Amino acid sequence: MTPEPHLRRDGAWVGASVPRREDPRLLAGRGRFVDDIVLPGMLHAQFVRSTAAHARITAVDLSEVRAVPGVVAAFSAEDLDLDDITAELDRPAHEFVPTSMPVLARDRVRYVGEPIAIVIARDPYAVEDGLEAAVVEYEELEPVVSDTAALAEGAPLVHDNAPANTLVDVSLFATEGIDDVFAEADCVVRIRTKTGRQNALPLETRGVVADWDDRDEQLRVQTCTQVPHQVRTVLSRCTGLQERQVRVTVPDMGGGFGQKCVVGREEIAAAAAALRLRRPVKWIEDRRDALTAAFLAREQRYDVRAAFDAEGRILAIDADVVCDMGAYSCYPFTAGIEPLMASAEMPGVYKLPAYRVRGRAVTTNKAPTAPYRGVSRPQYVMVVERLMERAARELGMDPVEIRRRNVITVFPYTGINNITYDPGSYRESLDLCEQVLRDEGWYDVRGSADRVIGIGYACFSERTGYGSGAFAQRKMSVVPGFDISEVRMDTSGALVVTTGTMSHGQSHETTMAQIVADRLGVPIDRIRIQQGDTDRITYGWGSFASRSITIGGSAVAAASRKLGDQLREIAAHLLEADVDNTELDGESGVRLRDAPDRRLSFIEIADVAYLRAHLLPKNVGPGLTATASFDVGGDGTFSNATHGVVVELDRGTGGVEILRYVCVEDCGVAIHPQVVEGQCRGGIAQGIAGALFEQVTYDDAGQPLCPSFMEYKVPTAAEIPDVEIHHLETPSAFTESGAKGAGEGGTIGAPAAVLNAVNDALRSTGVELDDTPIARETVHRALEAGS
Amino acid sequence: MTEVQLIELTVNGERHDLAVEPRRTLVDVLRHDLGLTGTHVGCEHGICGACTVLVDGAPARACLMFAAQAEDADIRTVESLAAPDGTLNDLQRSFSAHHGLQCGFCTPGFLMLAEGYLAERPEASKEEIREVVASNVCRCTGYQTIVEAIDDCAGRRRAAFQAQLDSGRSA
Repeated sequence: MTPEPHLRRDGAWVGASVPRREDPRLLAGRGRFVDDIVLPGMLHAQFVRSTAAHARITAVDLSEVRAVPGVVAAFSAEDLDLDDITAELDRPAHEFVPTSMPVLARDRVRYVGEPIAIVIARDPYAVEDGLEAAVVEYEELEPVVSDTAALAEGAPLVHDNAPANTLVDVSLFATEGIDDVFAEADCVVRIRTKTGRQNALPLETRGVVADWDDRDEQLRVQTCTQVPHQVRTVLSRCTGLQERQVRVTVPDMGGGFGQKCVVGREEIAAAAAALRLRRPVKWIEDRRDALTAAFLAREQRYDVRAAFDAEGRILAIDADVVCDMGAYSCYPFTAGIEPLMASAEMPGVYKLPAYRVRGRAVTTNKAPTAPYRGVSRPQYVMVVERLMERAARELGMDPVEIRRRNVITVFPYTGINNITYDPGSYRESLDLCEQVLRDEGWYDVRGSADRVIGIGYACFSERTGYGSGAFAQRKMSVVPGFDISEVRMDTSGALVVTTGTMSHGQSHETTMAQIVADRLGVPIDRIRIQQGDTDRITYGWGSFASRSITIGGSAVAAASRKLGDQLREIAAHLLEADVDNTELDGESGVRLRDAPDRRLSFIEIADVAYLRAHLLPKNVGPGLTATASFDVGGDGTFSNATHGVVVELDRGTGGVEILRYVCVEDCGVAIHPQVVEGQCRGGIAQGIAGALFEQVTYDDAGQPLCPSFMEYKVPTAAEIPDVEIHHLETPSAFTESGAKGAGEGGTIGAPAAVLNAVNDALRSTGVELDDTPIARETVHRALEAGS
Repeated sequence: MTEVQLIELTVNGERHDLAVEPRRTLVDVLRHDLGLTGTHVGCEHGICGACTVLVDGAPARACLMFAAQAEDADIRTVESLAAPDGTLNDLQRSFSAHHGLQCGFCTPGFLMLAEGYLAERPEASKEEIREVVASNVCRCTGYQTIVEAIDDCAGRRRAAFQAQLDSGRSA
């Protein structure tokens, strides 16, 4: 049944595509997602949401709501009286304007869908009846619905304390003499591009079940979040509860992709309502709200010039980046998440001698944004890869060759952006990707006269597992980075291992167990990974930024090693041997190096550690637990990949068909190759979605135009092609297993590769397309213009 | 209070008498009245297919049906696939082997879609399977491994059937 168990190393768990621990329950319909949770006496909540994009609230009348049969309560902002959610950067006022996001809107609404009141009823149908009875009166204000409108002279202000609707404005690097470089360069190319607003769109919408427990003196919050401890912190601050009075646990999660890595106001409001009512409250976001009022991402505008010499060597990049972050800063990342990512990392895989960037976050009357898989990298990689192709065209060079001349090949490499890149396979991935497409004959197919075919590439790297140092460079006032793991062995020699990361599809129950299994020589079915419980896990930053295996996995490995040392110490004492003469035997035991037949099993050692503690050595306390933390050193570790795409354009419809998709990726040591491939393919599907299909749009009044899947086009198996994946392996020196992050790369490379392929197909038309998503009509017009 | 209707539903071979509001959807009754939470709700407007169940053997969107409409039908949900002792069936095992699921939220819908389709068209080609897989939305996998899982399972079922025929002939 099992397909090729590729890459399995001699007896080791890491590197083997073992069956996933998560699968049996999920396949049997026995997972436990948040909407599957039922508590006795549980009530159901939904939100009265703003129908105006920008308005003063003049009245909120919930009296009719409370009279609806089945409705138990309805609360406005005034009723719940919660503190705001505030995320800040440690930057001066001219670089960052802090704004607060109220849990429920008070006197002002800033986007359609903004929650104004929470309605609680006995069943989900009665809640909907209740919502219809709410009366909200508005004094409408002029809405700001685009980045250009936001920055226009005399524009209305979304936040009164944010002049020019600008929340973040940073100018970085500005290499001395950069203007002279442009003036004297042989070739200067420019890309102006706009990328569409997208929804990360986990198939499971957001949701929470909260109840107050008198015995534990706790507000128990079961919520589908990527960041349980951050939800606890915000909930404690908003309600005034001590953190020990809040327990956040996370059930199975139906995806997140970033949308759930920030704290949502609805989860705070629902929990606060449960606290007020002393009854369990469940909120499950419906799809319309998820499409219009959940956190969005990706709407960016770039104006970028690049200078090249006559041989195609890049000399400078000068970039202006404007990100439309919507109505509020998200916690903990702030509205700086997209512009700061783009500004810091744009030089990417290329040896760039001069760089200047201005990055701005503007606020508009649209749903706020959160990090979405890749965060700005899908956009700036697309821009830089377009610059490469355009320069190649101007210089009459091959687009792969121009990249070859510019990619970093000697590591570690410290870039103009003050980032040191650890070793990767930039050049090798590029060469291999091109070779695969050449060997398969796609360059011949490209030349066929009767078809419109193009080949495009994207070569990129991504910093994965941002440590505290990297996030501190962004000047976040709340600095994520480390992870803590506790490993506990019980009397049966089995293990419970905590991680502060939070799997929402990435298979941590399997991959983390593989890491532990190798460190301690215990089979994975005797290891349970515990995640998503703020009472059981000291602290964690959750899962985002491809940090789980790099940082969480390293903490798990370090704690396992520590427990191994403890087991050896006890065994040495019991065997009356020197501890240096002991080793783990790989079969759940400790043996003597010079006499391997003298061994103690973990069960025997645990028996002493717990049940006959008087036999322990004097310096070892009872119990078998070890805790370790981990933070990525240096500037972190960079995964890399090259994507190669062949597209065919349809002259009749302007449709873009992907004929071939090849991905050559390098995420260092792959813990579970099949899972890595799954992350690549899923990421690529989301990248293709951004390049060709998905866009959240609004009308001039700020009304969302995509309230259902009829308007927001999520691609299916009819649109997403098979992806061939090749693995290269440059182990990371910064992580315990040599692994680099693999969660986001697919999404990062796909838009650039697809867009480049479309432009290659259009090469004879004289038309170049730079905006995404690429509309069929645009392609159609380009083909007509060129024929 | 809203009017309530008495209905009888047959789900996974078991008969249930229920009192429900006429506006209650089949998926809500399955999940919340019968506790069969394996069937998921992804969009409530019939596009994503996470709620796909079999109604008289044919895949149907349980979010687009009222429970009352399913009265005389035979309904099957994902909970019917594994053996009572929890042993996964061949289709479920194939999904696991091919990594055809990540978060697992859409998975019950795809399983029931495939179960219904393969019963109707056991000789389906991989291309035909891909076309049917395009009925539902998965946000994690990029679909390739879902198509491969179903195709592999179909091939194995055909091989097993052929082997049965052959052994019947030789006997």
